[in-house]
Amino acid sequence: MDQALQQVPLNWYILLSTFLFCVGVMGVLFRRNAIIILMCIELMLNSVNLLLVAFSAYHGNSDGQVFVFFIMVVAAAEVAVGLALLMSIYRNIGSTDIDVLNKLKW
Amino acid sequence: MSQLVFFLLSALTILSALVVVFSKSPMYSVLSLIVCFFTIAGHYIMLNAQFLAITHIIVYAGAIMVLFLFVVMLLNLNRESEPHKTTKLRIAATVSAGMLFVTLIASLKSTQLGAFSFPPASDYGMVKHIGQQLFTDYLVPFEVSSILFLSAMIGAVLLAKKDKN
Repeated sequence: MDQALQQVPLNWYILLSTFLFCVGVMGVLFRRNAIIILMCIELMLNSVNLLLVAFSAYHGNSDGQVFVFFIMVVAAAEVAVGLALLMSIYRNIGSTDIDVLNKLKW
Repeated sequence: MSQLVFFLLSALTILSALVVVFSKSPMYSVLSLIVCFFTIAGHYIMLNAQFLAITHIIVYAGAIMVLFLFVVMLLNLNRESEPHKTTKLRIAATVSAGMLFVTLIASLKSTQLGAFSFPPASDYGMVKHIGQQLFTDYLVPFEVSSILFLSAMIGAVLLAKKDKN
């Protein structure tokens, strides 16, 4: 496994997680279904996690992995509350389309 | 060898992430996001973070994605009920995400990444090391996260509960 770190440069991990983050951003802008938007936010969180793990592995310091652990905690709480909100929105207006939720728009 | 594994895993990750965004049916999006999370766990194993890889699979594939699947099935979302943006907005979304990508890459080009310690210590990603750190240096954030979980649980129950009136 140590050999793997020497063969794969850190730049490749940075590129991969940057691309994943941009795919997540595109999904948030691209879709109208609120559930898919939540999933794209998960994708963005995971790209940051991957980058933190890569940096922690290459620098030989495990602080980054503890941070990833805490990000997972926050993501789990966020998904639980977000999906509960979506359920209650669906019960009230009968759809998860974000373009219907325009009451706060000026 | 490990380069080949990296390329294979990365190709799968990128492909499944793109399927999440572009697939017509929400169910396929959820399933390909699960594939994406498994390949990210593979990346963690390649990076010597075994504890995180297992936690990632348990938390994401085991809990979060099951929650997503459950909600998609409960709301009966399918290809026909899926709302779509207009083509103009879609092109705008793709272009702006691509411009963000170009900007980030351009800013990374002049970055100094610092010195690496090779060979890295191989027990950094193990449960023993992470657990020791979690219960000594990061004890307060660990306890605070338990309060966060409790409040999230109460909030989710309150929000999802049916209104009496």
